[in-house]
Amino acid sequence: MIFAGTAHKFGDDINTDYIIPARRKRDTIDHAELARYLMEDISPGFPDRVRPGDFIVAGHNFGCGSSREAAPLVIKAAGIAGVIAKSFARIFYRNAINVGLIALECDTDLIQDGDLISVDLSSGTISRGDLQIKAQPLPKVMLDILKAGGLLDYLRERRDFITT
Amino acid sequence: MGRTIAQKILMRHSGTQAEVGEIVVARIDLAMGHDGSAPLAIEFLKKLGAKGVFDPARVVFVIDHYCPSPNERVSALHAMMREFAGGGQCTLYDVGEGICHEVIPEKGHILPGELAVGGDSHTCTYGALGAFATGIGSSDLAAAVYTGKLWFRVPPTIKVVVEGHLADGVFAKDLALHIISRVTANGATYRAIEFEGEGIRSLDISGRLTLCNMVVEMGAKAGMVAPDDKTLEWISGRASRDFEPVYPDPDATYERIVEIDAYTIEPLVAIPHRVDSVAPARTLKEIPIHQANLGSCTNGRLEDLRVAAKVLSGRHVHPNVRLIVTPASRPVYRMALEEGIIKTLLDSGAVIVPPSCGWCIGACNGIPSPGENVISTANRNFKGRMGNPRANIYLASPATVAASSVAGRITDPRPYLE
Repeated sequence: MIFAGTAHKFGDDINTDYIIPARRKRDTIDHAELARYLMEDISPGFPDRVRPGDFIVAGHNFGCGSSREAAPLVIKAAGIAGVIAKSFARIFYRNAINVGLIALECDTDLIQDGDLISVDLSSGTISRGDLQIKAQPLPKVMLDILKAGGLLDYLRERRDFITT
Repeated sequence: MGRTIAQKILMRHSGTQAEVGEIVVARIDLAMGHDGSAPLAIEFLKKLGAKGVFDPARVVFVIDHYCPSPNERVSALHAMMREFAGGGQCTLYDVGEGICHEVIPEKGHILPGELAVGGDSHTCTYGALGAFATGIGSSDLAAAVYTGKLWFRVPPTIKVVVEGHLADGVFAKDLALHIISRVTANGATYRAIEFEGEGIRSLDISGRLTLCNMVVEMGAKAGMVAPDDKTLEWISGRASRDFEPVYPDPDATYERIVEIDAYTIEPLVAIPHRVDSVAPARTLKEIPIHQANLGSCTNGRLEDLRVAAKVLSGRHVHPNVRLIVTPASRPVYRMALEEGIIKTLLDSGAVIVPPSCGWCIGACNGIPSPGENVISTANRNFKGRMGNPRANIYLASPATVAASSVAGRITDPRPYLE
């Protein structure tokens, strides 16, 4: 599976309050409604700059803070295909995969804001022109969940966790 | 090869050797959700066609985040939780019973050696009792409630050894801020932390809960204190099921050991907008304060209100400051009332609001104005966290928050405690 889109660059320690503030997610579990508030406190107007299939590219510790699953759900609802970061906070990382949002770890210094990038999920490779960056492989259970489209679909099919 | 507490708990719950890095599927003892995470999990359970939960005695929902409900839409989400609980599928603590991380240990829903997951990042708080407890999102919560299991990657452990005692006027919150500034906001990502040493043994359970509450601010998956006599005494009378404490093997392998000299720590403050940007309170006395907040899952326990009352007794909150106090649970509120703490706080000019997460997450009960400075006992000072991205949030101990509310600016609390 290959995905292509424009990179939107963010720095280190982008926390879930920045992604979607509690004062917004408080009222609803309809994430399409919340998409217009994505990153509003640190990058006003960001959702208007996103075209479907684009990527968020960030530094270390993306998604730190709260366990709110609204964070990856709102990113997805805004049209973002995936997040590529130097590292993720662990709850966000699990939540992203659980909702079927691509989350890959690699050195993101080589990707600039506005770069057109493509992601080959099966090989875990991120390409920008001729440049290829290898992402950290996902554990099998996470890859299986992502391939199923998320944890809900994974469990619908298997009814239990299978790690072998 | 010896094992850490995290490994031993995961080994016991998964039937594997729980080697570091291994992916295991572990049986869970408690699945917790609140009004910020449970409604989405309930929706997932419906989509999954789940007929029930794995064990209603081990599923606990708490309405604490946005309560009492500020509007009709939030009320609808609360109603979803009541409907779910009404089917006998879980225990529900409704509006006013308390903040989940106070209610869960207080009511004996988590015990030493157990494995808990919660739809809240500060679920790590329960590690103070020697449990492995970690935050998850709503999909994982639904999976845990449905299957009674969840997958985990067995984490490496960082050992934090705290030698010596904290000085007078210095508290577990100051210790937590000191450790976070040393380890940094992502210095423990994917790791477990074990706390050990005289500085930990000398903390009461309230202080240990404060410390373990904040390990996620370093990215940690869990933070644990091995049980001791204080733990077992605290647990007695609360436990409604048998439990088996877990202790680390003497030859356990740690990824890293961080040594702290407790006595050198002074009252500290995390400055905007990062929890790991920490400075001594005495160096920030030029910062005027407009709102002071005492409460939250970090510091809303009886011991926290008591020390604030000691600072505020016979004093009055500065005319430019609003001091907002949130007892963390109904029992805490009642005990504070019986002890005269609430009266002292009221007499000093404080506003008491019902147990909830309200202001900590900017949901209700005290949203700051643009340009204001807030000093709070909570655990996060991210921009916008309290509902206004143009306010500045400083984090400190209950003593420092109370003293600063009197001074009208950030202040070292020690002269107020003499």
